Amino acid sequence: MKSLAELDKLRDTLQQEMKARQGEHDVSIAVSMGTCGIAAGAREVVKVLLNELKEQELSYVALTQTSCVGLCRQEPLLEVKMGDEKVIYVNVDQEKAKEIVRRHLMRGEIIKEWTAS
Amino acid sequence: MEMYRSHVLVCAGAGCISSDCKSVQQALLANINDLRLDNEVKVVETGCMGPCDLGPVVMVFPDGVFYRKLKPEDTREIVNEHLLKGKVVTRLLHTPVGSTEKVTSINELEFFQRQTRIALRNTGLINPESVEEYIARDGYRALGKALSQMTPEEVVITIKESGLRGRGGAGFPTGLKWQFTAAAPGSPKYVVCNADEGDPGAFMDRSILEGDPHSVLEAMAICGYAIGADKGYIYVRAEYPLAVERLELAISKGREYGLLGENMFGTGFSFDVEIRVGAGAFVCGEETALLASIEGQRGEPRPKPPFPAQEGLWGKPTVINNVETLANIAQIILNGAPWYASMGTEKSKGTKVFALAGKVNNTGLVEVPMGTTLRDIIFDIGGGINGGKKFKAVQTGGPSGGCIPEAYLDTPVDYDSLNELGTIMGSGGMIIVDEDTCMVDLAKFFLDFVQDESCGKCAPCRIGTKRMLEILERITSGQGREGDIELLEELSYGIKNSALCGLGQTAPNPVLSTLRYFRHEYEAHIRDHKCPASACPELLTYYIDPRACKGCGVCSKACPSDAVLGEKKKPHTIDLNKCIKCGTCKQKCKFDAVITV
Repeated sequence: MKSLAELDKLRDTLQQEMKARQGEHDVSIAVSMGTCGIAAGAREVVKVLLNELKEQELSYVALTQTSCVGLCRQEPLLEVKMGDEKVIYVNVDQEKAKEIVRRHLMRGEIIKEWTAS
Repeated sequence: MEMYRSHVLVCAGAGCISSDCKSVQQALLANINDLRLDNEVKVVETGCMGPCDLGPVVMVFPDGVFYRKLKPEDTREIVNEHLLKGKVVTRLLHTPVGSTEKVTSINELEFFQRQTRIALRNTGLINPESVEEYIARDGYRALGKALSQMTPEEVVITIKESGLRGRGGAGFPTGLKWQFTAAAPGSPKYVVCNADEGDPGAFMDRSILEGDPHSVLEAMAICGYAIGADKGYIYVRAEYPLAVERLELAISKGREYGLLGENMFGTGFSFDVEIRVGAGAFVCGEETALLASIEGQRGEPRPKPPFPAQEGLWGKPTVINNVETLANIAQIILNGAPWYASMGTEKSKGTKVFALAGKVNNTGLVEVPMGTTLRDIIFDIGGGINGGKKFKAVQTGGPSGGCIPEAYLDTPVDYDSLNELGTIMGSGGMIIVDEDTCMVDLAKFFLDFVQDESCGKCAPCRIGTKRMLEILERITSGQGREGDIELLEELSYGIKNSALCGLGQTAPNPVLSTLRYFRHEYEAHIRDHKCPASACPELLTYYIDPRACKGCGVCSKACPSDAVLGEKKKPHTIDLNKCIKCGTCKQKCKFDAVITV
């Protein structure tokens, strides 16, 4: 360790890997993982989301799961929460999941046509 | 970048290890691999989280869900339901004592809510074997700040102004100790960490070493910079193998990252640490005995002065700080002296870790600001006495301390308030006893301990405590004589005034403090040959309540001395001449018909 600045740089990198351990997150994605969701392919959506978050280095986003929310027909379904704003996307597939990360999380653009009506 | 959607923290403090957290962890990993979640879920082994009676415990992030008392077979459900589907497994949540509702998150547990964790800020939250996780939580920033932005004098002044006092027992101001050593002539100087935690029931130092070893190394390096030392020793007992192992790993990781060793932070300052493993003698926690032991001599104390600040290790100026004291240092440097001094009472600043043990519901480690009342610690955080029994006393400070009865439960705890009550803060052990504990017997336990641990160098401690123990044994076996209490007092004051070191000088404290608050129990033993708590076996008389006895004969079969007489299906009686008072009949009786008077 050569200087305090070097330590701080290392700390900032390492902190990204510890983000999941914070109790509270401003931004989160909750994928509905009831039997209905899993049957419709929610597991694959979770995997794709995690990969995409990793690739885009969005470690501040909490990726969680919830149970069936009742809209079984429109699974896979996920909820994006940014601060107080909550958006539910329905019939999400792997491609849509990537888009949601890129457009909604990174650019703040809500993709209206995929949300629950 | 490494990224997982969920971190699962498994407590691997010594408490949880003894409740078999290892097989829980293995089963958890196996189930995670079975469902191929190993790329998404990270399992982290941490140090002690604190609520030891609930072990093995597991925390799942990002939701912060807290599972307790897990068995390996429970992990399948956690993985299938929670980690895969996000459904909390309600069955495995904790229900606090006195509540009917299950608690999901640790933030809702009063046990955690009421705590202010500074010394324990990382234990249970990080992987102690990962210096990276320590750095991510601002680890070694205080060292970097001290080395590159502060003079050694400024570091000493900061610690002085923080009001931090030694957490090992005597409560000497840490900053003053550093100042004296920095000013003492002589070179080289040394930093010694006293990790010879020996008080029965206290395990905060072990917990810090096992759960956050880098916090101790960082503080030792800061101290080295402040006093002008480039070498530190950690004296840790061999009974703490896990602490030794994690310290060794931490030291090698620290060296790897250049956080120990030559030219740290490019400032030219060098510091390195070595471990010295002690054989586990209680007296080696006394600083002069500890130094002798590091030097390879017999672990015996020597008279003070000269104090270690002048003539310590190999006759050179030495700072000796306890583990918990050191665990506060980095936070004080980072947040400033006023921040630390804003917590606590007038003369005792900051927080203190207490180890709750005995007849209390939530046994474990808690860290609270100085000045928190005993009632808050024992009843709010500790959850009160188990089994609905009545609180009788709390023993603080281990064998050097004393007991505090119910009347003083609202005392704000700090060094001085405890001294006024005739006990000491000590290392922060709190043994809670209920109405079933005999106070004479309790005093005997501690005296037996110090008598055993006396190094024998000085006569008052070696012989005096032996005589006191004999008198206590006499009293608890019903052979007490008039004048025994006065004799105990006379011996106590004699030993206090003439013993060589802290061990002997404080050895009579448990007797004096039980005499102060529970003299009537001594008198009952001596004059009436009765033990008011019905705890001293030799003072009990066993009877069978004829109304409750069903004549089942279980007790008469179990009695080793054939003292229980009677026909089947008729009330039995005990022949008091044959009864050896072993209590077997009382244990075996299913109808609570055996009573003691």
